[in-house]
Amino acid sequence: MEMVGGTRLAQLFTSNQEQLLTEWFAQQHAIASRRGLVGEAELRNQFTQFVSLLMAALASSERVDFRTPAWQDVRAFLSEMSAQRARQGFTPVETAMFVFSLKQPLFTRLRDSLGNDAATLADLTWTISTLFDELGLFTTEVFQTSREQVIVRQQQELLELSTPVVQLWDGILALPLIGTLDSARTQVVMENLLQKIVETGAAIAIIDITGVPTVDTLVAQHLLKTVAAARLMGADCIISGIRPQIAQTIVHLGVNLSNVTTKATLAAAFIVALQRTGKSVTGAYGQDAGRAVRSGDGLDSLQPE
Amino acid sequence: MERIPILRMGKLLLVTIQVDMHDRLALTLQDDLTSRIVKDGARGVLIDISSLDVVDSFIGRMIGNTAAMARVLDAETVVVGMQPSVAITLVELGLTLSGVRTALDVEKGMALLARNGTV
Repeated sequence: MEMVGGTRLAQLFTSNQEQLLTEWFAQQHAIASRRGLVGEAELRNQFTQFVSLLMAALASSERVDFRTPAWQDVRAFLSEMSAQRARQGFTPVETAMFVFSLKQPLFTRLRDSLGNDAATLADLTWTISTLFDELGLFTTEVFQTSREQVIVRQQQELLELSTPVVQLWDGILALPLIGTLDSARTQVVMENLLQKIVETGAAIAIIDITGVPTVDTLVAQHLLKTVAAARLMGADCIISGIRPQIAQTIVHLGVNLSNVTTKATLAAAFIVALQRTGKSVTGAYGQDAGRAVRSGDGLDSLQPE
Repeated sequence: MERIPILRMGKLLLVTIQVDMHDRLALTLQDDLTSRIVKDGARGVLIDISSLDVVDSFIGRMIGNTAAMARVLDAETVVVGMQPSVAITLVELGLTLSGVRTALDVEKGMALLARNGTV
């Protein structure tokens, strides 16, 4: 059934604007103020704007079709309002109620002015009902889209934040990996690492995987790719932070780590890196260096003779 | 016919690749390099690819082959100056150039060869 009655509805709005606004405001204010996020003045402003845009669109033609260009301004307004509500933390239902709560006052006005004309009343009721359904659904759709955009943006930021490359010493880089390693992150990790190798002229990169929860064949493959890429740039890699369970998993999976140095702790890896670059650590008085060290974790070389 | 220049520094040969390599150029380079290694008694070869923005599987294979040829003639090859994007591409292509030594720049490449007692 087609939606007609555009001009009639526009008239209805024009002659009853004040009353409609008051009733609508009473309903909406209860919801919005519970959130405490939208001020009274701003709410009134939004309503007035919405109603005037609605009137203009309704008056433009007898046939009421939300998808025509005449309704462009209404769509734009609803998009903006819905996106704003999404950012402010309203639920999609509360946002849609902005539109739906205008139905009740409108139906009351219709019944008052057309009480005896059942046919026209039915037609206009149908038009308003369908129109407002479409308007409400439109706000929900925009709401969803803007929420998804927020998520995507946050994912992007997370990706960039969690792959830092730090310089431990002259020519020694450390790459602490936190979280799972998928192909996208591996790409970012590789680029960051190689860029840092070029900038600092590092010869050794320590990749610490203490923060990687699980290592399966895919993660192992990504790690080996990173090691190979660093090697092509003239830097050796040491993988550290391998937990006991991870070591078991690696062997069970048959991953070949024979040409990569692996250490259990970052400290052990650091000592190896220092040795490879021809350095060592000595205490201020020549004896204290190895005092507080447990034996058997690769730091034995520092124990006093 | 264009040739890639080969410079001698003591017992080292330095090859700087600055142009796009095509088949004939690559073969010419391999010819020239092997002749020079024998003629100069070179013990080390430095292949500088810092000017190459793009390396495809052909160049990757060519570098690997050249290094193998040099090793047969008892000369150690070090590839220097690989750009990060090139390194990532080669790894993605599965060309890890496992038999080839690498260094960040010519200076480090020479240090590497010196450390191993090659030159």
